[in-house]
Amino acid sequence: MLGILLYYFSAQLPEQFAWLIKYPKSWTIPLKYWISDFMKWLIQDLDFGLFTFKEFTRSIAWLLEWPLRFASALLSEGFTFSSDPKAPVLVQRLPWVAVTAIFTLIAYRVNGWKLAILVGSCFLYLAIFGQWESAMVTLSSIVIAVPFGVFIGMLFGILGFRHKNFEMAMMPVLDLMQTVPVFAYLVPVLFLFGFGPVAAMIATMIYATPPMVRLTLLALKQVPAELVEYGRMAGCTNKQLLWKVQIPSARAGLMVGVNQVIMLSLNMVIIASMIGAGGLGYDVLASLRRLAIGAGLEAGVAITLLAIALDRLSQAFVQRDTTSFHPEDVHFLIRHRYLVTAIAGLLIVWIAGHFLPAVNHYPEAMQLTTGEFWSDLVKWLNINYFDQFEAVKTFLLLNFMIPIKRFLLAVPWVVIVAMVALLGYQLGGWRLSVLTALLSLFIAVTGQWQKAMVTIYLCGVSVLFATGIGVPLGMWAALNKKVYRVVKVIIDTLQTLPSFVYLIPVVMLFRVGDFAAMLAIIVYSLAPAVRYTIHGITQVPEDLVEASKAIGCTKLQILRRVQIPIALPEIMLGVNQTIMMALSMLVITALVGTRDLGQEVYIALTKADTGRGIVAGLAVAFIAIIADRLIGAWAKRKKQQLGMEHV
Amino acid sequence: MHDHAVTLSCKGVWKLFGENCEAFLAKKTGIPSQKDVQNAGLIGAVQNASFDIHQGEIFIIMGLSGSGKSTLVRCLTKLIEPSAGSVLFNGEDLLAMPEKELIDVRRHKMGMVFQHFALLPHLTVLDNVAFPLAIQGIKRAQREARALEVIELVGLAGRETYYPRELSGGQQQRVGIARSLAVEPEIWFLDEPFSALDPLIRREMQDEFLRLQNVLHKTIVFITHDFDEAIRLADRIAIMQDGAIVQIGSPEELILKPATNYVAEFTQQIPREKVLTAKSIMTPISAGTLSPSSFNKTVKSETRIQSFAADVVHDTQDIGVVNADGELIGTLTPGKVIDVLVSGNPAL
Repeated sequence: MLGILLYYFSAQLPEQFAWLIKYPKSWTIPLKYWISDFMKWLIQDLDFGLFTFKEFTRSIAWLLEWPLRFASALLSEGFTFSSDPKAPVLVQRLPWVAVTAIFTLIAYRVNGWKLAILVGSCFLYLAIFGQWESAMVTLSSIVIAVPFGVFIGMLFGILGFRHKNFEMAMMPVLDLMQTVPVFAYLVPVLFLFGFGPVAAMIATMIYATPPMVRLTLLALKQVPAELVEYGRMAGCTNKQLLWKVQIPSARAGLMVGVNQVIMLSLNMVIIASMIGAGGLGYDVLASLRRLAIGAGLEAGVAITLLAIALDRLSQAFVQRDTTSFHPEDVHFLIRHRYLVTAIAGLLIVWIAGHFLPAVNHYPEAMQLTTGEFWSDLVKWLNINYFDQFEAVKTFLLLNFMIPIKRFLLAVPWVVIVAMVALLGYQLGGWRLSVLTALLSLFIAVTGQWQKAMVTIYLCGVSVLFATGIGVPLGMWAALNKKVYRVVKVIIDTLQTLPSFVYLIPVVMLFRVGDFAAMLAIIVYSLAPAVRYTIHGITQVPEDLVEASKAIGCTKLQILRRVQIPIALPEIMLGVNQTIMMALSMLVITALVGTRDLGQEVYIALTKADTGRGIVAGLAVAFIAIIADRLIGAWAKRKKQQLGMEHV
Repeated sequence: MHDHAVTLSCKGVWKLFGENCEAFLAKKTGIPSQKDVQNAGLIGAVQNASFDIHQGEIFIIMGLSGSGKSTLVRCLTKLIEPSAGSVLFNGEDLLAMPEKELIDVRRHKMGMVFQHFALLPHLTVLDNVAFPLAIQGIKRAQREARALEVIELVGLAGRETYYPRELSGGQQQRVGIARSLAVEPEIWFLDEPFSALDPLIRREMQDEFLRLQNVLHKTIVFITHDFDEAIRLADRIAIMQDGAIVQIGSPEELILKPATNYVAEFTQQIPREKVLTAKSIMTPISAGTLSPSSFNKTVKSETRIQSFAADVVHDTQDIGVVNADGELIGTLTPGKVIDVLVSGNPAL
């Protein structure tokens, strides 16, 4: 309301107050040039005496290249034992039969035949549909990036756990790292490490590590106090306490972290195809650029299946029970019968792979492709339903999206900064107010106001839709068991899909532009709205619901008057998560032609313009942080009012 | 018991939470009262606790939740640093001890059992029990042999390869007990060891505990919130209320001479015959003036009334009370026994 009033008021302002409405270009602080210059200085001039900064980054890259080369030789290229890429392969790679069998066997061992079938079929799909080569390139990055990510994450987590000051210093950095859009990571990495699989892997590791740090800290803090006291009473030194008591006891929590690292690495390694990761991500990217729908979709499904297989497998590890073995099984060969069989089988198949091409490479003659089918389907849809699709798109664009965009662009920047500060003050006091004001000022001062408004518009509209669909869906699922089961499968799947995959179908049907971007964002960010709503509604105390029933409320009344008000803070946290996911997806949709901060980052990436990328990335992160802090403060206050802060 | 050497001596131990507690203690001369602590805006979790624990004694610290008993036992083991006071273990001040020596004392001379067992979830029963030995760097064969011994002792033989979560609560606590005994500690701390167990299992574990103590003769500090348990097991009981020890004494002393109303409230519910001994209700005679043979029945002076009441209530003649050396030191009328049984009040 205030905004609208001020908007009309400002329209009447004389010329000399124009700066109030539009941030003057001449006031812009050239932060992006400073950063670019700084990066150039790093690379060109910084010298530590013994070695230069450039030599330093290159040696890191060189160090990481070796394990990556090994993994890629093992899984996709074979060993040549020579630096010449054209040298003949002396030892073949692991045959597709063997890789599929290994993963299936692990799945069986960890969780039984159901998981084995799931994992086995995912890998079979890769072979049958001709995705094997790319998938193995992707997998070899994952296989190396994940252990590194886990190791570094644990290291920092443990350091933070041992040293309170270190934790305090680390937390804001982690916050920032998790809100800066993925593309923004790529720019400096590209600049420092060049183009190629190693740079892509480094970006992947940087992106996937923060949750591991957090989860390590959390898991260590959650080790029961009694166990730590016991460790000290048993006379553990600090080192023994950490390695023999705290870390083993935190195993389950740490495994959750490993699962997160795997999923994020997979997501990032796909996106990192833009700086040379190759593999499945590259296939999707290339087909998006060519608008080759069928090929893109098949690669997209391959990514999805790989993601599902790895996710379920690592989750099974989290839940795995170690049961006691019984004394009669003590013979080594019997106790390790799975391992022994697996190694024996592996060796046989591997050796066979050197002589039988069908074992080594899935025969091309037996490959299937559905690419044609999908292309035809899309063609058919577009021929027959083009008008309908177009009508929906135009209607929404004209009547809903464009007016909002115009409005946001027209509101004076001063008004928005003031409103954000005011909101901050009301919800969280002056500290929050100063924070939000400074962050929004940063966006204006670095000359990104216009693009930021487009970002907010696109994000806002998408979040509106995602919430509008997700929250009611969540309520329905919370109240109906059957619906819950269906919804849960959908949500679980949506959350394992790497963000790239969402772009394929929307571009197929709606071509590039804001509308397609919005659809992708809605689907991508739907999951948390549903999940938090379900959680919020189901955690309403049962006796409250029973009491309402006893009073004689109808189901609808219970929902409206009891369950929703109590679940509201939780639902708002879901909306918050939806905003975070929407912003991270927004940047990726720059690929399908949006004109916001995402595009800015994307352009920076193609030009390797570090300053531009980082500044735009920070702007996105700051929008995310403002939204997060405001909603968080609101939910906290609401929960306190309801007396559930301790929950 | 008092003729035995002092194993653990706790002198003026304070544990205050809140800002400036050191300054508060430094400023005070003498013993600050509960009021002083409150006025300074501090919370006195343990206030001026002093006692000696003798070798081979079962010393029970009893208090309701929030009374500071858990904090006190953690001060005794230096799991928590006390704000003031000293804790002498075999004459050496634990609080002044360097970290390295403290680790050594904990490794070889202390054992502790926890309320929620505190078993390491990733280790088998055998490895859990051998854990404190592994920490000391003892070789696998040797530590496993010792672990098997104590597992046998607590009656868990055959379950060595199980993981903690495959065991019941009672069995888990047996593992906890075995583990704390593996290093043959001089002093044994038990922090509400049976509170997390069902009443029937609790009873069984108490019996087991007494059986073990009969074999091992450890010096024991036992924490509980259950007065019945304290009465059953203790040689001496310290009762804590709001961070302060309000009375220390044998079960009998607590019942006969409760120091405060608070203690009296606890003791009211306890059947007297379970606690009082023949000595406490007899009419004393100088030793040696009468021969034990002049009575049809005699009981030992330390015997609890409960264990001989059924035999004597139908008698008409007096009963003789003899001391450990068999000398007659007093007489007892069946009427007095009946008084205890009926009214709960010994007519003194």
